[in-house]
Amino acid sequence: MSNKKYKLLQGNEACVEGALAAGMRFFAGYPITPSTEIAEISSQRLPLIGGKFIQMEDELASMAAIIGASLTGLKSMTATSGPGFSLMQENIGYAAITETPCVIVNVQRGGPSTGLPTSPAQGDVMQAKWGTHGDHPVVALTPNSVQETYEYTVKAFNIAEKYRTPVILLMDETVGHMREKMIIKDPSEIEVINRKKPNCKPIEYIAFKPDKDMVPPMAAFGEGYRYHVTGLVHDETGFPTNNNEVAENLIRRLVEKIEKNIEDFSYYEEYRLEDAEVVIVAYGGVSRSAKYAVDELRKKNIKAGMFRPITIWPFLEKQIREVGLRAKEIYVAEMNLGQYFLEVERVAGKYCSVKKINKVNGELMTPDEIINSIGGNI
Amino acid sequence: MKKNFELQLSGSGGQGVILAAIILADAAIAQGLNAVQTQSYGPEARGGASKSEVIISSEEIYFPKVRKADILLALTQNSYDKYVDFLDENGILIVDDHVKVDEDLPNKVYNLPILNSAFDKFGTRMVANIISVGAIYALLGENVIDKNIMLRSITERVPPVTVEKNIAAFNEGIKLIRG
Repeated sequence: MSNKKYKLLQGNEACVEGALAAGMRFFAGYPITPSTEIAEISSQRLPLIGGKFIQMEDELASMAAIIGASLTGLKSMTATSGPGFSLMQENIGYAAITETPCVIVNVQRGGPSTGLPTSPAQGDVMQAKWGTHGDHPVVALTPNSVQETYEYTVKAFNIAEKYRTPVILLMDETVGHMREKMIIKDPSEIEVINRKKPNCKPIEYIAFKPDKDMVPPMAAFGEGYRYHVTGLVHDETGFPTNNNEVAENLIRRLVEKIEKNIEDFSYYEEYRLEDAEVVIVAYGGVSRSAKYAVDELRKKNIKAGMFRPITIWPFLEKQIREVGLRAKEIYVAEMNLGQYFLEVERVAGKYCSVKKINKVNGELMTPDEIINSIGGNI
Repeated sequence: MKKNFELQLSGSGGQGVILAAIILADAAIAQGLNAVQTQSYGPEARGGASKSEVIISSEEIYFPKVRKADILLALTQNSYDKYVDFLDENGILIVDDHVKVDEDLPNKVYNLPILNSAFDKFGTRMVANIISVGAIYALLGENVIDKNIMLRSITERVPPVTVEKNIAAFNEGIKLIRG
């Protein structure tokens, strides 16, 4: 333990530490509560290591800028909250179809619209999945502590690089603004994945021809490899086409390169699940209340446990089905009116009863509220 | 020590209760304990009720918010009125002496001249938060956090030119409790 450094850090600060450890060298953003510290600290830190920070005119441009920077070979990130996340949606789709690695951090606050700027919420769960139009791949990770924010920001970059896809780090105000103990790891302890480069001559490069792993090698602009990038459906050369077969294959490949590799990034926590009859499914800030509630319910001789998805998208069907097969009741506790609940019910609803516990008043759901909701039903 | 301490610091936006809580949490971690610090405030930069919370524990802390405060600090009437219900039945209340406290409140109450001491002795109300840290520290006791660790935490977190003044303010807060 001697070489480890403990620090009191905020979730948002930890996000920047993680991003830098993963190799972020470009940040473009438009500051918004409760994510502002991420932009602020990036603006201080990036110039010191030869990176670039740009405050853009808005979130559409921020998203466009990180895509452009990533195409030149830099690991890129932006950070925002609900209103800005809405504005980023179109270009998140552009990142998906152009297979441009990037990380989008959304520190969720109360919505809709400008909503409750300084208050926690989890109302963007479905938007993270379906916010941009068309069928597209989505990876979204949801940390519940400062330490996890650090670790999963690194993983977000790694997934983005490995699969050439936008990755969303879906935080909430509770985790973003909370300060707690964090261990800053030695760089040698952190696994960093970089995008696959072409090993052919520039003249032979076919920019969107996938390898067996469904991911095409990616050349950086400026390295001598010339290619065309478009949001239109394109063939392997990158140029637009209306060919139906090409379109079908492209859209399926974009989605499947993520969904068929889900085991590679299925992150979750199981807490006291071995003999649990009542399972609380919770993520992000609320899962901390849920864990506390599990211990309290156990003291009352209720066999409670918690399943906490960290990978919130793609949906962890296999694990949730397993929970449904073993539990008598599932309660999905979240700070929205039941978004993740819809998916849990779809998969586990045929095996056990699935109920919801919801709160949207701008305060973190408390352990007592979870306990009372469950207690009232048993 | 007691397994866990829940501290709630409240006042008006701009009085520095968030920094006060960060200093306490920072020191607790340097002491080898666990600590979680959170805050809630409105969209305005100054004014409005501001609340900051610290949980210090020898164990892992799940729920990051105060459920029942062992110590509640209220620097304004507004924050007292708003948060007094969070006090544990054995909890201690620290208020600035201009705050009117319910006569039938069963808790131990320290009615301290925090804002006036800051102004009279240090020429600025800006150190009221660090006087408060001193008072809270005096109630927690040396056996929870070492005094040198507290001093280091203050030194690292306040603007460099104000370190001396803030350390004097911290000692003033201790004196307000211990006499």
